[in-house]
Amino acid sequence: MNIPKDLRYAETHEWIRADGDTATVGVTDHAQAELTDVVFVELPKIGTKVAAGAECAVVESVKAASDIYAPVSGEIVEVNQRLEAEPGLVNNDPYGEGWFFKIKMLAPEELRRLKTNESYAQQISK
Amino acid sequence: MDYIPSLDVDLKKMLADVQAGSYEDLIAAVPRKLRNPKIDLPAPLTEMELQREIGRLAKENTSLEDAISFLGAGAYEHFIPSAIDAIASRGEFATAYTPYQAEASQGTLQVIYEYQSMICALTGMDVSNASLYDGSSAVAEAALLARGIQKGRSRILVASTMHPDYRKNLKTYLAGLELEVIELPAREGSLDIAGLRSRLDASACAVMVQTPNFYGQLEPMEEAAKAAHAAGALFVACANPISLGLLKPPGEYGADFAVGEAQPLGIPLSYGGPWLGYLTCRSELVHKISGRIVGRTVDEEGTPGFCLTLQAREQHIRREKATSNICTNQSLLALRACLYLSLVGKEGIAEVAKLNYARAHQLAKSLSGCPGFSLKYPGVFFNEFVVTTPIPSADLCREALEHGIIAGLPLLCVEPGRTHELLVCATEMKTRQQLERFIEVVRNITQDAAKLALSGQRK
Amino acid sequence: MEEIIFDQSVPGHRAVSFPVDAGDVDLPAEHRRTSPPSLPELSELEVVRHFTRLSQLNFSIDTHFYPLGSCTMKYNPKVNDRMAGLPGFSQIHPLQPAEQVQGILRLMSDLERCLCQICGMEAFSLQPAAGAQGELTGMLMVRAYHESRGEKRTKVIVPASAHGTNPSSAKLAGYDIVTLQSPSGIVEAAELKKLLGSDVAAIMLTNPNTLGLFEKNIEEIARLAHEQGVLLYYDGANMNALLGMARPGDMGFDIVHLNLHKSFSTPHGGGGPGAGPVGVKKRLEPFLPSPRIVKSGARFDWSWDFPQSIGKVRSFYGNVGILVRAYTYIRAHGMEGLRRISQAATVHANYIKEKLKDDYRPYSPEPCMHECVLLCEEQEKMGVSVRDIAKRLLDFGFHSPTIAWPVHGCLMIEPTETESRKTLDQFISAMKQIARESRENADFVRHAPYRMPIRRLDEVRAARELDVRKK
Repeated sequence: MNIPKDLRYAETHEWIRADGDTATVGVTDHAQAELTDVVFVELPKIGTKVAAGAECAVVESVKAASDIYAPVSGEIVEVNQRLEAEPGLVNNDPYGEGWFFKIKMLAPEELRRLKTNESYAQQISK
Repeated sequence: MDYIPSLDVDLKKMLADVQAGSYEDLIAAVPRKLRNPKIDLPAPLTEMELQREIGRLAKENTSLEDAISFLGAGAYEHFIPSAIDAIASRGEFATAYTPYQAEASQGTLQVIYEYQSMICALTGMDVSNASLYDGSSAVAEAALLARGIQKGRSRILVASTMHPDYRKNLKTYLAGLELEVIELPAREGSLDIAGLRSRLDASACAVMVQTPNFYGQLEPMEEAAKAAHAAGALFVACANPISLGLLKPPGEYGADFAVGEAQPLGIPLSYGGPWLGYLTCRSELVHKISGRIVGRTVDEEGTPGFCLTLQAREQHIRREKATSNICTNQSLLALRACLYLSLVGKEGIAEVAKLNYARAHQLAKSLSGCPGFSLKYPGVFFNEFVVTTPIPSADLCREALEHGIIAGLPLLCVEPGRTHELLVCATEMKTRQQLERFIEVVRNITQDAAKLALSGQRK
Repeated sequence: MEEIIFDQSVPGHRAVSFPVDAGDVDLPAEHRRTSPPSLPELSELEVVRHFTRLSQLNFSIDTHFYPLGSCTMKYNPKVNDRMAGLPGFSQIHPLQPAEQVQGILRLMSDLERCLCQICGMEAFSLQPAAGAQGELTGMLMVRAYHESRGEKRTKVIVPASAHGTNPSSAKLAGYDIVTLQSPSGIVEAAELKKLLGSDVAAIMLTNPNTLGLFEKNIEEIARLAHEQGVLLYYDGANMNALLGMARPGDMGFDIVHLNLHKSFSTPHGGGGPGAGPVGVKKRLEPFLPSPRIVKSGARFDWSWDFPQSIGKVRSFYGNVGILVRAYTYIRAHGMEGLRRISQAATVHANYIKEKLKDDYRPYSPEPCMHECVLLCEEQEKMGVSVRDIAKRLLDFGFHSPTIAWPVHGCLMIEPTETESRKTLDQFISAMKQIARESRENADFVRHAPYRMPIRRLDEVRAARELDVRKK
């Protein structure tokens, strides 16, 4: 299972990559494997303000649906529109082209509360 | 018991096979005092007796075979081709379950796909689900969908000219939710556009209008849709599907959802059900729509086939987060509608719609020529209309019944004060002779009433 | 496979003509559709052949054994359909005056009474069109009841093993859902006690539950609930196990809904129509949907005079044609007949469970009621999933049981009372053969079915490249 070192993780299986005060969010390799083939992603509207832990997207496979939670608080500034036509990107490249949205962080220190690759690896091995 | 093949001896053998001494051993978990309560039911009947007994109850009703009916008001008497009963009663359709195992349900699945296609053709919409319970639940479901799409908007605006049962049902469905139902004012029996505009603001979630409406009038759908959209509200059209053989379909005036009661499409009245609710939407909203949807795909070898799709929206997967609690649909009735539309076809649907229009207009013309009768509303109507009557309409109906005629629905039944108004419907089922007979009876009743009134005055 | 009907269309073919031609009508252009709907054009025979051929691609009760757990796919007696089709029932308008429809009103009134007797309840509404609508009706009544007492309760407790409509319906009525875990397979009073409180409006239970087990603590559960002012709701999906043998009302349930298309034999129709009547105890009667049938003297009529009613949940009075079928079925059985149903259904389910236990471990070692839940642990070890087993069963001419619910990797088997021992034995032998195949040739099972009109369908493609109508 691929769990890159340079990312932080939420217990609810989102990854987050910070770049200045903006961060990119997606779902982990483990999450996409559990979901199986993703068939639809409902993305948040640009400009939506979210609190850490708030539901802000939905991902659906043939047999399951999962809510995606904002790992940190902030404002949605960009969404991956390619997922509308190519939801399979979530399966094929979860940490790259399968990203969900970018969030302008309100409190970047929230990142510290998220899991490291090691503790996330521990969580999913249970 | 005729439907249980296992005899006592079989059950005993099976019990022995499971190492149980008796049935009582199997139900040990059921507290003793709860077992075998006294249940007061009539004695069992053989099929011969059943046919007699239930048949006797059926004969206590006056079927429309034995009356001339001008009742509509949300339930319409239309021609039902014989092939519909023949096919829909086939056990392979009637006794199948929901097509979750696609390989064993290609018949049902393809029927639903064809049904979805035909409903889309009729309504001009992009996507249809595999059906809902009836017109009223279709209206309520559309309101729930609008709520999910338009988060933060708290009011559903509904035309007060919509069928009263649909409005009541809508209020019941929304009773537990933070969503307010606002009834829009009417003018001359149809939606007052100025009244709609004045109630539209950023809190408006959806505007819902039925056409033809409860009084038979065609509504200003195009203007209503434009007004709704200008305020950021969704527009939900509720349309009688048979009228769409002639009338402008919801897809042509920008409806976001089109819903309605599809009973007119080959489904018997059956005292109100089982019927068929249809629900359609624009393609952008497909992931929001409730109920089952059938999609076309291919199998492992590339052969085209059908399966249920987008199931992740539904309650069996999403539980409390589902867009709707709906599970059962009305597949067998969707089959009937699909058969009806296949049998009447492209030309027939236009002909039957025109025939409805023509019959109702002939009747309206003759009726409004009777002394004391006039059309209540000036607007355009399809196959039913309101007339004002010289005597209380309930009295008129009661007397007409003596002559084997069900004259229509006295509006007093649904709205207090409307004592001299009658909602009258004539579909393609009414012959010219029946219309003439209706006029003759109505003339006689009102003439007698007038004479009586006159003699009363003399005394 | 059968060609799509639109592709069989021939311009000018037609199946139905009308006796008169209305010619053109004076409808203003602004109301007219600009082009005719693109419906197919076929002769009657072409239509009949198309749909007959489609019907032959289906499994159905009339043609196949259909042991779907919690769906009660029993035989649907033909006399029921015949009675519902009598013109005195099928050709009556819902707004005909009461004096013209005394027969159907009498039937519906007597059906209400019979259902009260069968369930141990005191009043019934026949209006809800299906089980899920019955649940919503019940939850709205829970809400109206508590509000009438000036109480604001916000939560509904639902077991994790409940059917998805339960939490979904309660949510729709405005409640938050509290999930009750029951690892032992049944509700433990101690666990429930932790969740109960003055903010809980109701508990929704299915009994026997979806594992086929009777909730043996039901009396204790009812006592605990009622002590806290919590109402007990009965989902009647599994009523076939109890017909004539035990009554939810006697167990302490306050509200029940029944699925007439399950226990009461009305045909499933490929997904519907059903009917979901709701029954209540006296204290909830004022909140039942309106209108209700009332009797004065010998005459039946509709009354709207129920000021505390939750209102209407469906247009007119419900799925009346389904009610006629269910009533006919009840009249065919009487009390003894109903008892015979639950008895045979329970014996059949235990027979299957016992015969298959060496190949598929039962979820619970206890006897089951009308359905059994078996696990496919051995087969999963060989890389064969429960879905593979379901597909392979089709090759033997058996519809699959309910799969992968309420627990992972399970088969939920409900044989019903209407199958013969011979059919049950054939099913058992097919299941055993599949267990053997899983051991010896797992790959073969993984690619089943082989004898159906079509192989496994690409569901991912169906969802990603949506084709939901003929374009």
